[in-house]
Amino acid sequence: MDLNDTQELAEYRATVRAWLEEHAAEAPDARGDDDAAVAARRAWQRRLAEGGLAAVTWPAEYGGAGLGPLQQVVVNQEIGRAGVPGIFDIIGVGMLGPTLIAHGSEDQKQRLLGPMLTADEVWCQLFSEPAAGSDLAGIQTRAKQQPDGSWRISGQKVWTTNAQHAAFGLMLARTNPDVPKHKGLTMFVVPMDAEGIGVRPLRQISGEAHFNEVFLDDVLLEPGSEVGAVDNGWAVGLTTLMFERVTIGLGGEGFGWRADRFASALLADDACTRDLETRHRFGEIATEFLALRFTGYRMLTSLQRGQIPGAEGALAKVTTIRAAIAAGDLICDVLGPDGLSDERFGELVSDMPGLKSAGGTEEILRNMVGERVLGLPPEPRLDKGIPFSELRAKEQAAV
Amino acid sequence: MNFALSDEQEFLKEAARGALSRVATVEAAREALDGGALPDLWPTAVEAGWPGLLVSDAHGGAELGALEAMLVFEELGRVLASVPLLGHLPATALLDGDDRVAPLAAGDTRAAFVPAKPPTDLDPAWTTEPPLGLTRAPAPAFADGTVTGRVAWVPDAPGADAFVVVLDDGRAAYVESAAVEPATVYDVTRSLGHVTFDAAPATLLDTTPADAAAAWYLAQTLIGAEAVGAIDVALATSVAYAKERHTFGRAIGSYQAVKHELVEILRGLDNARSLMYYAGWAAADRPDEFPLAASAFRLAAGKAFDHAARAQISVHGGIGATWEHDAPLYFRRAQLHRRLLGGTAGAADRVAGELITAARAA
Repeated sequence: MDLNDTQELAEYRATVRAWLEEHAAEAPDARGDDDAAVAARRAWQRRLAEGGLAAVTWPAEYGGAGLGPLQQVVVNQEIGRAGVPGIFDIIGVGMLGPTLIAHGSEDQKQRLLGPMLTADEVWCQLFSEPAAGSDLAGIQTRAKQQPDGSWRISGQKVWTTNAQHAAFGLMLARTNPDVPKHKGLTMFVVPMDAEGIGVRPLRQISGEAHFNEVFLDDVLLEPGSEVGAVDNGWAVGLTTLMFERVTIGLGGEGFGWRADRFASALLADDACTRDLETRHRFGEIATEFLALRFTGYRMLTSLQRGQIPGAEGALAKVTTIRAAIAAGDLICDVLGPDGLSDERFGELVSDMPGLKSAGGTEEILRNMVGERVLGLPPEPRLDKGIPFSELRAKEQAAV
Repeated sequence: MNFALSDEQEFLKEAARGALSRVATVEAAREALDGGALPDLWPTAVEAGWPGLLVSDAHGGAELGALEAMLVFEELGRVLASVPLLGHLPATALLDGDDRVAPLAAGDTRAAFVPAKPPTDLDPAWTTEPPLGLTRAPAPAFADGTVTGRVAWVPDAPGADAFVVVLDDGRAAYVESAAVEPATVYDVTRSLGHVTFDAAPATLLDTTPADAAAAWYLAQTLIGAEAVGAIDVALATSVAYAKERHTFGRAIGSYQAVKHELVEILRGLDNARSLMYYAGWAAADRPDEFPLAASAFRLAAGKAFDHAARAQISVHGGIGATWEHDAPLYFRRAQLHRRLLGGTAGAADRVAGELITAARAA
């Protein structure tokens, strides 16, 4: 067991650190989401891309550094150490870009990946819908092919981060309702300035809007907008979700949810550091964050050995959210009512109840782990083998 | 970077599992509740080289690390094996380098570590478990070549040939004879004693308070590793039952309420295992982080074990709470586990104290 850098990795770290030290003065503030702040973050992503730090694991032919997950972690750590923001378009570069690399046509890769990397074109992910989140294959957005090969899209998407800034979205839509629900889906590239697209911010408990609703009203897509084969969208989507797990798994501490940071917050009142109940609660929370850090190293070891991240990663997400909820709660108990308005900890309290459902609800993640890791039998399902078009009637009949 | 077990470490685990599989330890544990004798596993331990696992090569040991010791304890914990190594290994770690360690490393004689909890940011004293209640007693004192003091709940004290005693100033002493009152224990596979030193002749060891603290944390990791093995068994047993037991026409493991409870055992196990590796890595590579790592591991493992032992009973229904099933044996062990060696609550306080101290210094 060895967490030290090999000589090669130490040299890479030194290069990354030197680049960041040289350019740190150009870095913008990580906070704020007004137009000026977003423009500054996009410009900073361009600088990171020029330094080879934006798409560490993308192949070199598409502008990446062509390196592995270890180097990605080094970059994450060094960006954290330098106290500068990372890339702006984590969803694009971390999840959607790798999906295009795996399933897109050569034309799509040549046209789309370069501007994604430099944040000249920001991306958003159009998967979830008001009636399909954890059961993603139940989406209703329809894509109908026209005689000339173009597509007409109608439907509604939700929880869309960065939709208001995005040039493109990667969208899952139903192309064949007359087959079981996982089989009639196709992935598309959607230009967000197309006629018929509406974006509306969705405000959350904190008052901020980290997400949007996206309305698609008879939007026309040109022929060849599909990513991968028609009706093979589920497999393409699973690739995105796999990269989502890797991005979260390797970047969790990047949110600043760390045992040491919460310990510093406790120092606000010295009496708290001597209060046995506070210490007990904090000891338990800190232990979960420490477990996450070292679970991350175990996952990284697997990745490095070429193993595909499994469903166990879902448990890390469950632990992260539970520990962050408990930490926000504890720190606000210590700070008192003012804590709830604190920019760092109050937002934690407000945001966590919603994040519990992001990337699959805690309940659906536990189902997934129970079935795929422990091999437990699935819940009986009403939708197996049923054409999507007949499903609603069957669901209603079962009530 | 590599955060997985090496081939040698995997082999050590397999060998331990193989050696222990020759004895029906779980059945023996059940019979011992009715007064049956536990099998003597010391010869098995000696044959495998476990008594000298942590002792340097020059003094007749295998010179392996804390992680290897934890891997052996994980296997012991799986099958509730009663082997007096929880007392022995920390004693040998403190005594390594001393000529008297050789017979202990060979397993010809057996030592008990008489632990004292190192000072915290709130309490400057070295303290020991009280026989009753929460008020911790001061550790034994050394004067004029003798040790005097009483320490309750000392692992593996009954039958020990020698005692390595942590003193009230963080030094350590070697004592050959003490009055040991065997403690009646809820988990009969766990040998415990209340030890009294009444001006017992003693020699001081050439150790620092940091060494004595490291022995305390080593004991935390060993008892934690036992829990990891036990959780693994509780999970596998419960999952197997949830697949075969049917109610209302379906396997109970298909119900979310049952499934989610089983996944919660896995989550606790996975977190504890990650922290076990952290503790093993820190013991070897980051000694200054060992108090934090060992305490976090002890806490995670103890909490997860308590939950797993209860969940195993729930999943099995009423039968899980009877002597017909193994679940009560694991439950008894979990209940004693969380109250020994400072307890899981003490470990939580230590995690907080270490991090608060670090935050103050930052």
